[in-house]
Amino acid sequence: MKKFFARAYLILILLLLYAPLIFIAVSSFTESRVLGNWTGFSTKLYSNLFSGSMQGAAGSLMTAVYNTLIIALVASLVATLLGTLAAIGIFYSRSRAKNAVMFLNNIPMVNPDVITGVSLFLLFVFLGVTQGYVSVILAHITFCTPYVVLNVLPKLHQMNSNTYEAALDLGATPAQALRKVMVPQLLPGMLTGFILSFTMSLDDFAVTFFTRGTVGLETLSTYIYTDARKGGLTPELRPLMTIIFIVIFVLLLIFNIRQERAAKKKALLK
Amino acid sequence: MNLRNVIGRRSSWSLPYAVFLLLFVALPLVLIMVYAFIDEGGRFTLGNLARFFGDADALSTFAVSIEIAIENTAICLLLGYPVAWILANKRYNRSGVTIIIFILPMWINALMRTLATADLFNMLGITLGKGTLLFGMVYDYLPFMIYPIYNVLRRMDPSYAEAAQDLGAKPSRVFANVTLPLSLPGIVSGVMMVFMPTVSTFAISEFLTNNKIKLFGTIIQENINSSMWNYGAALSFIMLIIIGISTLFGGRGEEESQVQGGLI
Repeated sequence: MKKFFARAYLILILLLLYAPLIFIAVSSFTESRVLGNWTGFSTKLYSNLFSGSMQGAAGSLMTAVYNTLIIALVASLVATLLGTLAAIGIFYSRSRAKNAVMFLNNIPMVNPDVITGVSLFLLFVFLGVTQGYVSVILAHITFCTPYVVLNVLPKLHQMNSNTYEAALDLGATPAQALRKVMVPQLLPGMLTGFILSFTMSLDDFAVTFFTRGTVGLETLSTYIYTDARKGGLTPELRPLMTIIFIVIFVLLLIFNIRQERAAKKKALLK
Repeated sequence: MNLRNVIGRRSSWSLPYAVFLLLFVALPLVLIMVYAFIDEGGRFTLGNLARFFGDADALSTFAVSIEIAIENTAICLLLGYPVAWILANKRYNRSGVTIIIFILPMWINALMRTLATADLFNMLGITLGKGTLLFGMVYDYLPFMIYPIYNVLRRMDPSYAEAAQDLGAKPSRVFANVTLPLSLPGIVSGVMMVFMPTVSTFAISEFLTNNKIKLFGTIIQENINSSMWNYGAALSFIMLIIIGISTLFGGRGEEESQVQGGLI
């Protein structure tokens, strides 16, 4: 009985959380320009999306998607490199330096997006940097790297640090020891940090909004914002969002099921 | 000291990031403070802050934001705690993957989700206003409440609750005196992850209320976008102070739950 209530409650909350997503997915299969109008089943929006034959402003939707992906890829790659090096440095630092870096590292995570966005906007104004691709990527690195640091640090705690010393004693250069001994052990943390960075960058709106400048750079989020302000969303956004949702859903499930299996295997070996 | 030695010492590997943090985290925050206390000519002034306290519109937006944030945080906690508790309880759920289904909506573009929610209300004939705003906010932030509480509950040693039970405590008492206090760090970090972002939300509140209700983030954005940087910076400075105060109260809980593991 208790189990029944617990199940029912979970399902109720899930329905609440998924209602808008299901709504988008269902209405991606009709041609109506207005979300919520059902004018019969059609896959026209999907074929429009893939053939790029969209009317008017919709053509720039694919440019926005392209920009979003490039920014997310570059920002999360740099964040992963910078954050991993930083985590190693922090791990071997004395507590004073460690605390100082960790204090600054926590700020972007605690700050709401608007504050991060405004503060970086003022920075770029102050430095006279033209805002566009570069400023947006720098801003994304700023809010992504802290999560890489936090995901790599626990792996350093688990690592046997003698292996690195052993590699050095056996004649490896620090770079070789890093690449062949340390990185393989830190890889799971780096990967989590990278995926986290990538998805946060994809989803970001506020920080991009403040740092993209006036050169007309659009990402998916700012595109949706502009589109909605003009009234009426580009219908092709519906199939696009549905596809993104399914891709993320499958990737996350695979990633987590694999992690859980690995954890169970480890527990068994012990 | 030559360069080779510096690179060889691993503690120095965080130097690039330290410089990066100073330039992109510390300096920008200093700039908010500087811009908040100067006028357009660059002279020191308290006028920007004074303007906020004389600006009825901004003050009422501020009050509304705090009110909505408190309500949103409370509803998220009430709805989210049972979810976290059920998922963390081995009797109801043994898989560590189920939680992913609950935090997954978090990864879908927030604006798109919000617009779909607003359209869903329109289709059902519900007028957009405070009710729909709260619903949309709860919908947006619930995963951020569930996840940290779930993390703490799942790592909790079950023997504490069992001991209380063996000593004769009723289930309600076990929960109130053992489980709830032990899960406090998770609650604190959940509240932190919901409260401040709600206050500073922009765009989402306009979409969900048809421009009827503005939240504090929108006022900051409007001022920055209309080139009133100094006033915008002063408003951001006020937000920073509130963040500072709330981290003093809850900072420790957040750090703990974050160091123990990432979001996925």
